[in-house]
Amino acid sequence: MYQYDEFDQTLIDERVTQFRDQTARFLAGTLSEDEFKPLRLRNGLYVQRFAPMLRISIPYGLLASKQVRMLAHIARTYDKGYGHFTTRQNMQFNWPAIADVPDILADLASVQMHAIQTSGNCIRNLTSDHLAGVAKDELVDPRPYCEIARQWATFHPEFNWLPRKFKLAFSSSTSDRAATRVHDIGVHIVRNAAGELGYTIFVGGGLGRTPIIGVQIREFLPEVDLLSYCEAILRIYNRLGRRDNIYKARIKILVKETGVETFRQMVEHEWQQIKDSYLKLLPEDLARMKGHFLEPAYAPDADQDASYAAHLASDSAFAAWTRRNLKEHRVPGYSAVFASLKAKGVAPGDISAEQLDAVANLADQYSFGEIRATHNQNLVFADVAQKDLYPLWQALREQGLATPNIGLLTDVICCPGLDFCSLSNASSIAVAEEIFERFESLDDQHDIGEIKLNMSGCMNGCGHHSVGHIGILGVDKKGEEWYQITLGGSSENDASLGDRTGPSVSRADIADAVQNLIETYLGVRSSEDESFLACYRRVGMKPFKTRLYAEAEAAA
Amino acid sequence: MSTLIYKGQLEADPYVELDDATAVEFGGHFIVSMARWRKDYSPLSISGSRIGVRIPNTVELARDWMILARLPLIVLEFPSFADGRAYSQARTLIERCGYEGELRATGAAVVEDQIQFMLRCGFNSFELRADQDPEACLQAMNTFSLAYQRAADTIEPVFARRRARSA
Repeated sequence: MYQYDEFDQTLIDERVTQFRDQTARFLAGTLSEDEFKPLRLRNGLYVQRFAPMLRISIPYGLLASKQVRMLAHIARTYDKGYGHFTTRQNMQFNWPAIADVPDILADLASVQMHAIQTSGNCIRNLTSDHLAGVAKDELVDPRPYCEIARQWATFHPEFNWLPRKFKLAFSSSTSDRAATRVHDIGVHIVRNAAGELGYTIFVGGGLGRTPIIGVQIREFLPEVDLLSYCEAILRIYNRLGRRDNIYKARIKILVKETGVETFRQMVEHEWQQIKDSYLKLLPEDLARMKGHFLEPAYAPDADQDASYAAHLASDSAFAAWTRRNLKEHRVPGYSAVFASLKAKGVAPGDISAEQLDAVANLADQYSFGEIRATHNQNLVFADVAQKDLYPLWQALREQGLATPNIGLLTDVICCPGLDFCSLSNASSIAVAEEIFERFESLDDQHDIGEIKLNMSGCMNGCGHHSVGHIGILGVDKKGEEWYQITLGGSSENDASLGDRTGPSVSRADIADAVQNLIETYLGVRSSEDESFLACYRRVGMKPFKTRLYAEAEAAA
Repeated sequence: MSTLIYKGQLEADPYVELDDATAVEFGGHFIVSMARWRKDYSPLSISGSRIGVRIPNTVELARDWMILARLPLIVLEFPSFADGRAYSQARTLIERCGYEGELRATGAAVVEDQIQFMLRCGFNSFELRADQDPEACLQAMNTFSLAYQRAADTIEPVFARRRARSA
């Protein structure tokens, strides 16, 4: 993975010094609350419902074991012993004290980590495929491009005070696991007909109040032009994005109000002025960065191991876990292993300091010392040899990290909701738990198959409800918690926004409602192979809606 | 009178800002609005005074740059702490128009926490917000000793240092 040189280290050290000074001025009363706010947000620090929340950057979700240990240390020393993985592959701590944050950032800097631009109206931490470098359907490893873009975006002097936040995501595979079409800029790394590498660029996607699927603005951008094209888009946005209304300030609104074709022409015109400048990457820049992401020393005979087959045959719990929590690796004899952060009784994405330490040790033992955070709030050991799967499973099971539910109904994406967030209208964690209890019988889940249940406590959409196969959105109705349901959303290559079923349902009825939707699906699907999403797309809203509101009326 | 930093020094401001109704006297330093400068371009250019122009942050500079580039002073506005439009205007003026005169930042964002990024985007003159400590602002111009991006300042960017090292 990428290793800092003295330049990277100097920059994050200087950032810690800067933030220490800003915090001291705020605590001394010489920097106002209003002005400290955007400055602390640019270091990931929110002031939340009960306490501050610190969001730590995990660029494209990749962590070294020593970094995971540092997260455990922070959880133990400055927090209540646990942390929370977010839908943008970052980690949040919900209980640090403001005065401690400069020390936390200094601790992070000692292992090449930071919280830079994890919030605020600037270019945010960028995300990518959690199977980068190991996925079978991958064209090239997207991470070198991510790191090049990360460095360009870090402390960009022109784009630190944008109209609103700005998110980039990179993907280079046939199935988009990075939800690129719901980002401000989505980058697909592709090869053109001549065999040259480059990018297809999407712009103006986003969730939140006005969810929009990003549109293609350039079919093929040459590999060396990544930064100049992004800079052209950002410059147009910085100048013309709306600043009069926070809800209309994202680039998606600018693209929509300008018209895609006009916006494209503006970007192309700006790009023509700067594309041959110093922003053009040199082949050596790309080669140097690619050199940071060399493949690990895979054992050539990993697939010769016979113990795996024996364990599969003798241990049905292990076999069940392998069916759900392994993904095929491009190297024979290796697997990508998912550690589930969706166990019963645990808020989705939460992890304790002890679990973090265990994960770090297991990564060292079984996966070349690296771990990835996923957009679905789970963890991945990306390079596990076949012979190590059984001991890894046993160790994960001891830590409560082996729930065999990856991609199933209980693998929900969920924001912190009313329990922590000052923006939220409604609980999301408690609803997730109720749904978990109802569907935890794995037999039921296997019958249901692949499904994405996404839940947000408010329309800011941190739980990506708009692109859930089933989406649940918490709304406030006269001080009570209600839930709006959408069906048929997707954040993958076939990206689409969910359709609203109708009136929202009450807190008391939401778990029943989900059960009704699932039972409807089980009744109308053409076969066990037809997923919930495929079934919904075939039969449409009617059977779901009829069942959902018939039950509600009968109950009323 | 507010404090001015120009080319890294605390300086007295020779310019006087005029409203659109006040006549320009001979032989002075005056700042006029963009609207007035456009309307009275010819008389202003032969007024015998040094004329600086204050440009709202909504103006697309690429249009007028040929004549703008000859001005001795351009003032760009930061009407609120978080409104960063003038950062883009500054880079366009310096990098595309080749502007070499005094480029002054004014407004609510001209504070120690933003001054280095303004410097990086090409501002060389800062009308500090009234509550700012000038010494702290001067120091803050060196908050970061390095930068990833090339911009309009003199910091040799990290990518160029790496290229030089591996060459």
